[in-house]
Amino acid sequence: MSNSQMTSGIVSGRVPQATLDENFSDLHPGLAAHEAAVAADRCYFCYDAPCQTACPTTIDIPLFIRQIATGTPEAAARTIFNQNILGGMCARVCPTETLCEEVCVREVAEGKPVEIGRLQRYATDRLMETGAHPFARAATTGKRVAVVGAGPAGLSCAHRLAMLGHDVVLFEREAKAGGLNEFGIAAYKSTGGFSGREVDWLLEIGGITVETGKSLGGDLSLDALGSEYDAVFLAIGMGGVNALRAAGEDKDNVVDAVSFIKELRQSDDLSALPIGREVVVIGGGMTAVDAAVQSKLLGAQNVTMVYRRGKGRMAASEFEIELATAKGVRIIYNAQPVAVHGNGAVAEIEFEYTVEDGNTLSGTGEMFRLPADQVFKAIGQRLMDAPESVAVAGGKITVSETGRTSVAGVWAGGDCASGGDDLTVTAVAEGRDAAMDIHAALTA
Amino acid sequence: MADLTTTFLGITSPNPFWLASAPPTDKEVNVRRAFEAGWGGVVWKTLGEEGPPVVNVNGPRYGAIYGGDRRLLGLNNIELITDRPLEQNLEEITRVKKDYPDRAIIVSLMVPCEEAAWKAILPKVEATGADGIELNFGCPHGMAERGMGAAVGQVPEYIEMVTRWCKENYSKPVIVKLTPNITDIRLPAEAAMRGGADAVSLINTINSVISVDLDTMAPEPTIDGKGSHGGYCGPAVKPIALNMVAEIARSPVTAGLPISGIGGVTTWRDAAEFMALGCGNVQVCTAAMTYGFKVVEEMISGLSQWMDEKGHTSIDDFVGMAVPNVRDWQHLNLNYIAKAVIDEDACIQCGRCYAVCEDTSHQAIAMSEDRVFTVKDEECVACNLCVSVCPVEDCISMVAMTPGEVDPRTGDVVEKEYANWTTHPNNPGNTCASG
Ligand SMILES: Cc1cc2nc3c(=O)[nH]c(=O)nc-3n(C[C@H](O)[C@H](O)[C@H](O)COP(=O)(O)OP(=O)(O)OC[C@H]3O[C@@H](n4cnc5c(N)ncnc54)[C@H](O)[C@@H]3O)c2cc1C
Ligand SMILES: Cc1cc2nc3c(=O)[nH]c(=O)nc-3n(C[C@H](O)[C@H](O)[C@H](O)COP(=O)(O)O)c2cc1C
Ligand code: SF4
Ligand code: SF4
Ligand code: SF4
Repeated sequence: MSNSQMTSGIVSGRVPQATLDENFSDLHPGLAAHEAAVAADRCYFCYDAPCQTACPTTIDIPLFIRQIATGTPEAAARTIFNQNILGGMCARVCPTETLCEEVCVREVAEGKPVEIGRLQRYATDRLMETGAHPFARAATTGKRVAVVGAGPAGLSCAHRLAMLGHDVVLFEREAKAGGLNEFGIAAYKSTGGFSGREVDWLLEIGGITVETGKSLGGDLSLDALGSEYDAVFLAIGMGGVNALRAAGEDKDNVVDAVSFIKELRQSDDLSALPIGREVVVIGGGMTAVDAAVQSKLLGAQNVTMVYRRGKGRMAASEFEIELATAKGVRIIYNAQPVAVHGNGAVAEIEFEYTVEDGNTLSGTGEMFRLPADQVFKAIGQRLMDAPESVAVAGGKITVSETGRTSVAGVWAGGDCASGGDDLTVTAVAEGRDAAMDIHAALTA
Repeated sequence: MADLTTTFLGITSPNPFWLASAPPTDKEVNVRRAFEAGWGGVVWKTLGEEGPPVVNVNGPRYGAIYGGDRRLLGLNNIELITDRPLEQNLEEITRVKKDYPDRAIIVSLMVPCEEAAWKAILPKVEATGADGIELNFGCPHGMAERGMGAAVGQVPEYIEMVTRWCKENYSKPVIVKLTPNITDIRLPAEAAMRGGADAVSLINTINSVISVDLDTMAPEPTIDGKGSHGGYCGPAVKPIALNMVAEIARSPVTAGLPISGIGGVTTWRDAAEFMALGCGNVQVCTAAMTYGFKVVEEMISGLSQWMDEKGHTSIDDFVGMAVPNVRDWQHLNLNYIAKAVIDEDACIQCGRCYAVCEDTSHQAIAMSEDRVFTVKDEECVACNLCVSVCPVEDCISMVAMTPGEVDPRTGDVVEKEYANWTTHPNNPGNTCASG
């Protein structure tokens, strides 16, 4: 292998295997037992704890941390899973710096929060490594529920319904369950095939039949599901990607960041995955950061993230921006793409600087170009395949607090539905809450 | 820098920090290292009578309890007195004393409760040139079963008798080390005084079972599946030791009897507290066994800094200063009324004060929607629980009410005059005739 970071074009094997292994190892490695004891000891066991309120799934954080501190991490894990069956994944991917840890009283007081995320990982890993599933199914109710989409929202809803005794069929378009846990989350957040293991472990509750390769709008219709099942839960995420609206967008090697990440996540040999020497990522959210960072980790020499507005408006958190810059990603603010240049494939991409005036953004007329072997578009996902009968507003299926759509007997949650941030943990909460409402409706 | 030179029973040492009789003082090599590290004196590990020495267990001797991050809070041991021959110890003591004339060396002794046994050993100890002896009446395990240690320390008549034998057969100071495994510490102290003791030292270790192994169902430390009670020491025992010291210091019978303070001294501050309660010096065991001899450097620098800050130029300036302020409960001023006050700027809004006052005290803290915590003066009894649990130092303080103000809890005017329980109308044994 003779390729290096300096090799022109899009090639694989830019960095040695050992470096790749290191680059894609756990971003936040698990805590050892003593580290966990020390970290747990810092928790004050707050009354009506702010961290718990900030958690979208309302995990009883002071209780689970105390259970770790007293040497019973398995009990701690049960506290977590009671509220959030994907507590293992959430421990790895939650932007804790903008959720529980942001409001931890010790963050506020000292700028050093209790390490809630890593403690959650410690507890959930301990229970999951025993191989045992912590919950038992209630006696079967004979009710049948169809869940469409096996991402965090669908999995969470299916698990809760199954636990309550309902029979669930989980339909998934892809060949694997997991949703963005499997295809989207950065590789260094979910290492060692965790997503797949977690799905298998979750399904041990029983009562859930997974039907992969089935898609709504394709083999399935909402009408048919509605008549065959007692209730339907839609958790189809956001499968579409927004367009750049820049001239030359259709040139080769201008791709969606999510597709690039999906390919990366499904690759079992990263040294065979090609990456450009010059990579440009367009966007300012979590997806843009993940695409840029992972490009850099694969060995791209220059990775530039270009965001059309100022830093303050960026959806990525402070922590993620720091992560990107620490890995060597250059971030350009206030520039929007106007044209993709190149003969067949992209060679350069042209931007115009912008100024913001409140919400309106306008070009200054000043242009610049960046060399680009590859351009990744990360300018937002959008709802796709939503059944026509359900009401949609602002690009999301309109739902009530408990996930009811405009159609009786049909609930929705996760990224495809209105309300809440587009986060794994929010999807889990919405799936769970919809399940409780479906249960109430079916047993009323 | 304040002068830490201490003269206790006429024995001068460069500072008041002595190592207590225990493993740190068991051998010449340890004691030399201790003196090089800066310790003012040592009480040599307890010697027994001539003949085959005692034997220790060959499994674990120690067990511990921990705070966060495995900070050792309490240590327990099932060790006995020295397990080395008497002659060897005496030779070593002689050599070390000769090389360190400025340091204190006290020889701890425990022999059977017969005059002949004491008469046999005391001249040998005298010959070492050591500065005094300490009678170990405290060891709670192993030795008591043989009629020594705590077995003697729990019977005041024996203490008096043995002390008298020692005073009659030994020319230098005699310190009586007291066991805390007794209900009223004043009785053995009085007995020691009657026997002519020059000082008492306390406390020795407290009877304890430190933990139970829930897999083997045996107490720890476990020897071949079984365990025995041991002696408890370290930071956790300090409050018990301080109380016992104070009881002796303020008793009219024993007032003025020199005290060497022992039990959980871990920092300069602990030492200063013992001395404020009347101890002429302190002895340390567990802190050295936890951190090594170097800890004495912090004790020395901390005590001298504090003395400088307070303007004390010598140890004697503050020894016993707190004794007059230790009183029986019934003499505390019931007209003193305080209220908890929360400093909102310092508060980190953990809500612990609220939870404990609401659940377990007087429902005197209000919590607003946006987590502002305030004390309800009309409910607060100034119990200090909130202060005790608040993670932020000085965030909650107890503020005394001024005489003339009305206590919103009782509706009564705060009185200026001191009044205690003995004269309180609710006291059936009220000493003021009423009506
Ligand atoms: C690149 C990237 C990185 C991210 N990183 C993080 C992170 O670090 N932390 C975090 O909290 N969040 C992160 N997110 C957001 C998070 O992944 C989502 O909010 C979350 O996965 C939403 O869950 P969901 O179940 O609603 O949707 P999805 O996870 O998208 O799952 C939807 C499922 O439905 C299936 N589906 C779609 N259409 C159909 C159909 N018509 N028929 C049948 N099945 C269908 C899909 O195949 C998929 O399996 C990231 C998102 C992306 C894109
Ligand atoms: C392992 C061990 C052995 C001890 N042996 C003796 C002893 O032989 N003679 C004695 O008088 N006290 C003995 N003690 C008691 C200590 O001298 C001291 O009184 C007690 O530990 C309290 O002080 P500390 O809290 O600083 O440790 C021993 C203590 C320990 C931990
Ligand atoms: S806010 Fe912080 S200290 Fe308080 S309970 Fe939550 S993790 Fe513990
Ligand atoms: S002092 Fe006691 S009663 Fe008063 S607020 Fe604090 S805990 Fe409550
Ligand atoms: S315990 Fe202290 S820090 Fe916590 S809320 Fe009360 S006053 Fe504030």
